[in-house]
Amino acid sequence: MLAAVRCVVYRDLLLALRRRSDVATALLFFVIVTSLFPLGIGAEPDLLRSIAPGVIWVAALLSCMLSLGRLFAADHADGTLEQLLLSAAPLGVIAAAKALAHWLVSGLPLVLIAPLIALQYGLPAALYPVLALSLLLGTPVLSMIGSIGAALTLGLRGGGVLLSLLVLPLYVPVLIMGAGSVEMAAAGLAPDGQLLLLAALLIVAAAFAPWASAAALRISAE
Amino acid sequence: MTAQSIKWFWYASPQTFYPVAGVIARWCGTAAAVLCAVGLYMGFFVAPTDAQQGEAYRIIFIHVPAAWMSMFLYVVMAFWAAVGLAFNTRLSHMMASALAPTGALFTFVALWTGSFWGRPTWGTWWAWDARLTSELILLFLYFGFMALQAAIDDRRRAERAGALLAIVGVVNVPIIYYSVQWWNTLHQGASVSLARAPSMAAMMLTGMLIMALAFWMYSIAVTLVRVRCLIMDNE
Amino acid sequence: MKEFLSMGGYALYVWGAYGVTFALIALEVALLVKRTRRARKS
Repeated sequence: MLAAVRCVVYRDLLLALRRRSDVATALLFFVIVTSLFPLGIGAEPDLLRSIAPGVIWVAALLSCMLSLGRLFAADHADGTLEQLLLSAAPLGVIAAAKALAHWLVSGLPLVLIAPLIALQYGLPAALYPVLALSLLLGTPVLSMIGSIGAALTLGLRGGGVLLSLLVLPLYVPVLIMGAGSVEMAAAGLAPDGQLLLLAALLIVAAAFAPWASAAALRISAE
Repeated sequence: MTAQSIKWFWYASPQTFYPVAGVIARWCGTAAAVLCAVGLYMGFFVAPTDAQQGEAYRIIFIHVPAAWMSMFLYVVMAFWAAVGLAFNTRLSHMMASALAPTGALFTFVALWTGSFWGRPTWGTWWAWDARLTSELILLFLYFGFMALQAAIDDRRRAERAGALLAIVGVVNVPIIYYSVQWWNTLHQGASVSLARAPSMAAMMLTGMLIMALAFWMYSIAVTLVRVRCLIMDNE
Repeated sequence: MKEFLSMGGYALYVWGAYGVTFALIALEVALLVKRTRRARKS
C-alpha cells in the first residue's frame, strides 16, 4: 500500500515538475492577490497589520482552490484515472496520495512564502511561526477537502467556478481557525486553541476525505 | 424478509409512490394553510407587543421558523441522499433533489427576515452575527447542491454526486456552525446578537411553534408535488 | 385597522419581511403548478 502511495506521489510530483509554469502560476496568484488588498484598501500600516492574517489566509485558500482543477483532470483525460480505479490499492489511499502530492506542490510553498507577505503587511516577526504553523496545518486540509470537490466536478463544463462554489463553504472552518490563530497571537493571547482545532480538522480530514474523494471518483468516472 | 420490510420497498417504487404522494401533499397543503392562518392570528393579535422592540419583533414569527426549516430540510435532504446511495433507490434521490429548492427558499427567507428584523432593532441591514452568517453559508451549500446536479447531464451521476455532496455538507454543518460561533465571539464588539430574542412570552413561543409546523406541512406538500413532477419527467 | 397596518411605525420592516416571504412562497407554488402542467402534458 505504501508502495502505491510512493508511486502516485512520485508520479504527480514528476508531472508537476514538467509543468512548472502551472505550479508557479498558482503561487504567483497568491502573491498577486495579497498585493491587491493594499492597493484597494489603502496602505495605512495599522490597517494592513490588522487585516494581514485574514488576507494571507484568504489568498492561500483561493490559490489552493485554483490549482484543484489539475488534481484529477489530466489523469481523467489520458485514461490514467480508469487504471487507478482498477488498481489493487484501495482508491482511498490513492486519493490521499494525490491530495498529498497536490499539497506538496500547491500548499507547502505557501507556508514558505507567507512570511514574506507578512513582512509586506508589517506583521510582527514574532507572529511568523504561528502564521506558518497555521498554514502548515490548514493547507493539507484544503487539499483534501478540495480533492472531494475536484472529484465531483470531474470533466464538467463550468468546472472551475462550480468547484469554488462547492468547496468554499467547506473551507470556512479552516479559514476561521487559521486566521483566528494568528489574530489571537497578535492580540497577545495564546493561539493554542485554534491551532489544536486546526490539527483536529487535519486529522478528521485525513481520516474521511480520502474515502469521500474515492466515492466521488467512482461516481464521476464510472 | 418479513412482510413489514417488503412494504417499505414497495413504496420505494416511483409508480406506487406517485398517488400516495398526491394524497399526502393535498392533506399537508391544507394543514399548512390552516396552521398558517392560526399562527399568524396568534402572532399579530394574541401575542403582546414587546416592551423593547415594539411591533418589529413580530418578524420573529416567520424568521425563526424559516431558520429552523432551512436547517431541518438540509438534514432531511442529506438523509434521503444517504438512503439513495446505500440502497440505490431512485425515489430517495428524487426526494433529496426535490427538497433542495424549498430548503434554499427558507434559508433565503431566514436571511431576508433576519435582515429586516435587524434594521429597526440593531440599526443595520446586515450583521455578521453567528446565526445569520451560518445561514448564509447554508444558502451556499444549498446552491452548490443544486448547481452540481444541474451541471451534470447524466441523471444517475447527477443524483449520486449531489448525494455525496449533501452528506459531506451535513457533516460539515456543525463544524461550520461552531467555528462561525467562535469567530463571532472573537470579533463581536459591543453589538448584540440577533439570536438574543425578546424574552419569550408563552404566546410568542406558541405562535412561533405553530408557524414552524405550518412551514413544515408546506415543505412536505411542495416537496411531494415536486417529486411527482420528477417521477413524471422520468418516465 | 390603521394601527395594524402601520405596526407602530415599523410597517416597512414587518410588511417588507412578511411580504417578501409570502411572495416567494406564492412564487414557488406557481412555478410548481406550471411544472406539473408541463410534466402532465409531455
